[in-house]
Amino acid sequence: MSDLNQNMIEKYRNSFLKEVEANVEEGEWVKMCMQCGVCSGSCPLGKHWAHPPQEIFMMIRAGKREAVLASDAMWMCTSCYNCIVRCPREVPITHIMHGLAHYAKRLGLAPKGQPTMAFSQIFWDNMLKAGRVNELKLGLSLYFKDGFVQGVKNSLANAKLGQNMMKAKRMNAAEFFGGHGVKDVSGLQKMIKKAQELEDARIAKYGN
Amino acid sequence: MSAEKKLVGYVCTGCGIGDRLDAKQLLSTAKREGKLQECKQHDMLCNAEGVKLIADDIAAGATHIMIAACSRRAKVEAFHFPDAAMTRANLREGVIWVRPASGENSETTQEMADDYIRMACAELRTINKPSSSGEQSLIKNILVVGGGVTGMTAALEAAAAGYAVTLVEKSGALGGHAALLHKRVPSRAASAGTSNSRNAALPQPAENNVPELVSRVGTTGNISVHLNSSVAKTSGAPGRFSVDIAAESGSTSTGEFGAIIQASGFKPYDAGQLSEFAYGASPDVVTNLELEGLAKAAGDGPIKRPSDGKEVKSVAFIQCAGQRSDTQGHLPYCSGFCCTTSIKQAIYFKDQNPGCDTTILFDDLRTPGAAGEDFYRAGQQKMVTFSKGKATEVVPGSSLKVRFQDLILNEATEMECDLVVLATGMVANSGPDPYAPADAAQVPVASILNLQYRQGTDLPHLKHGFTDSHFICFPYETRRTGIYAAGPLRRPMDMQQAMDDAAGAAMKAIQAVENAGLGRAAHPRSGDLSFPSFRKEGCTQCKRCTVECPFGAINEDEKGYPLYNESRCRRCGTCMGACPVRVISFENYSVESVNQQIKNCNVPDEFQEKPRILVFACENDAYPALDQAAMSGKEITPWARVIPVRCLGSISLSWITDSLNSGYDGVVLMGCRRDDDYQCHFVKGSAMAAERMSKVGDTLSSLNLEPERVVLHEVAITDVERAPKLINDMADTVARIGQSPFKF
Repeated sequence: MSDLNQNMIEKYRNSFLKEVEANVEEGEWVKMCMQCGVCSGSCPLGKHWAHPPQEIFMMIRAGKREAVLASDAMWMCTSCYNCIVRCPREVPITHIMHGLAHYAKRLGLAPKGQPTMAFSQIFWDNMLKAGRVNELKLGLSLYFKDGFVQGVKNSLANAKLGQNMMKAKRMNAAEFFGGHGVKDVSGLQKMIKKAQELEDARIAKYGN
Repeated sequence: MSAEKKLVGYVCTGCGIGDRLDAKQLLSTAKREGKLQECKQHDMLCNAEGVKLIADDIAAGATHIMIAACSRRAKVEAFHFPDAAMTRANLREGVIWVRPASGENSETTQEMADDYIRMACAELRTINKPSSSGEQSLIKNILVVGGGVTGMTAALEAAAAGYAVTLVEKSGALGGHAALLHKRVPSRAASAGTSNSRNAALPQPAENNVPELVSRVGTTGNISVHLNSSVAKTSGAPGRFSVDIAAESGSTSTGEFGAIIQASGFKPYDAGQLSEFAYGASPDVVTNLELEGLAKAAGDGPIKRPSDGKEVKSVAFIQCAGQRSDTQGHLPYCSGFCCTTSIKQAIYFKDQNPGCDTTILFDDLRTPGAAGEDFYRAGQQKMVTFSKGKATEVVPGSSLKVRFQDLILNEATEMECDLVVLATGMVANSGPDPYAPADAAQVPVASILNLQYRQGTDLPHLKHGFTDSHFICFPYETRRTGIYAAGPLRRPMDMQQAMDDAAGAAMKAIQAVENAGLGRAAHPRSGDLSFPSFRKEGCTQCKRCTVECPFGAINEDEKGYPLYNESRCRRCGTCMGACPVRVISFENYSVESVNQQIKNCNVPDEFQEKPRILVFACENDAYPALDQAAMSGKEITPWARVIPVRCLGSISLSWITDSLNSGYDGVVLMGCRRDDDYQCHFVKGSAMAAERMSKVGDTLSSLNLEPERVVLHEVAITDVERAPKLINDMADTVARIGQSPFKF
């Protein structure tokens, strides 16, 4: 467990709800949930989740910190926004789900090897390199994320699709060597670095 | 009536009646068979000209009028002739609208219309114009029993309308339980346009305005308050109640009142029965009412717990404590005020110390009232934790442990806190139920009204001790006319609802006073001047009328004869239906008036194969349902002849035996729903009828008739499809089992 995690446990000893309020995007809304269950009923993937949104909110109030943050439930959200549209209290549920996922990852509590999380990281790293997403490399990184053998299997399974995309000029093999990017890559990287520093400083303030 | 009778009939040919029916024949039926002195035809009787025609005839000496036009429920304003006795033959909703226009049906349709004319004329010959008994007088004084929020509001409302009010309160101060509250639940929703955002401005706990209410009662001129007093004796009837008010000091004063409002409120549920929540075992387990005391004592400072005076840093509210449960000693119902009360009390803690952990353990959170949902959100804004969970146990100790079943996460869990508040409910503060079954083991309770009625000292209950009333149509009416129940005596409710209730009851009491002054009935036959009377020579003093009257209207004189109190009477005729020797009648409704209708309907011989089905339809729900069915073009068998009755309770068994004896093939009775969730406008009439009809099978078998020839149905006013079908079903039954063997 990270230091940040320990610090947070110390700081919000009694109330996970308060921790969520202070640290999770739109977390201030969790208290407004009235447990009607419309979100859980509206979620097209709800039955595949360990804990649908209504339950996650109840667990937050019940102080089940570990169970919530280590859950893969919020990683399952596909951002269809059905829950937000239907919530009678207008709670921004989708945003909270992503906020919780992000917070769990930051604390190092997110489940290891969670595919959504892995993809998100690959996407981010890929995008940072040139300021644009290199789709060829993104695809390949995804295919090979579970090792070389699995990567070859994945590639062969999708070979036809790849060929067709190249034929239709939706994908360019030359992209493998560098690929195109934004005009000022170093400027973008500086900007991101600065943002990261600000965020780290903010977290450090809570962490200490 | 000493004046000479003059019977005049009117046949309307408007609304298509003239196109579908032979008006000439209807006129001749009315004159020859109906024995009317005169019968006139008009092409639109309900217009100014038609109404004038009738009014002129009445002015010229017509005492009895028969109007053959639309249903008796239609055009009541136009056909309002208080100076004559009137009957109506229902040719529109009763005949042409329920029969197809095709030629092959015209014969049976005309027969139907002729029969309704004969029946209306026959009825007309047996009735007289009712007039007030003159027994009542106009006393514009209203007695309010109970000085809580309900009683005070009722008193203020009645006084504001110009009626003198006497307010009797048992304790030494006005205000009741509500005076003990620190603050009250807000009564208004957030202002219009308030966003749904999590920091919107939402309603907050409001100042308790009961002291203001008390001072308004004190400064209102025509309210006289009797503290430390109770009602020692109530006798009489609406318009002439005589009440003895006994003060604790021993002095008694007697007052005359036109109507009474009982606002005796509620008793808090005895939390001593909740040992599982350690009530009594730990002083830190308190009821919601006791918490108000703690909050009041704390003022704006921190609320301290009773055991050691420690500031409360964490508190759990257990909703539905001893309520909504079948457990022995618990209340089976929802008290309706406790959810918002707990939200209010949780806000007491949060407003004083936002860091105080407040948890409300609820199963179903219900927030009635205009502010309700907004107030719930206000609690959530302040970080009150709402947990859907059912508390199972409280373990006493310096820190209390609350065990509960989390209903969302579906697990048994527990929490620690400094103070536990039990959201306990309200128990009606009513007197003993006059109709409580003798075998019911009941804790004896003191009477509140001490009525000098043959039928008990207090208002009858519905269930769980709450007073009985027709919950849909006239909630404030009780089963004792002129006495109105308001507030938590009627059903569990919060302060705002009690105040609305009080205003409603005050309006009803004023109506009762005015109606009694004119000798008119209260709901649902409001304005009716007729009242029951009996032929003393025939009476066998069996007392069935006094027992079966749902409203306790009938006392006994010293010789055991019934003694009517007309203004207590609601004119349902249940006594008339009860009387085994048929001596009870109204001027315009009697055993004879219906018997004549039965006799004067033409029953064809068996070879014509035209059965006759007699339908008794309750005028409150079944008859309007049939009218509605007619308006929407539902067909009814041409064999049916419908007679509206005041209530199924008024049906005399002789009508059924006589009709079967004279060749009717089937009898259909249509009344309101009965028993616990009754909709009978006279509370017990429908149930009485069902009980009496349960014995009709013997009569049928002694006549060698099939039992399915007589059926009793519960019909609601909305049964537009079903009501005609029930009649048509009887036609099918008759077709199946054959016609009656009793035809001439």
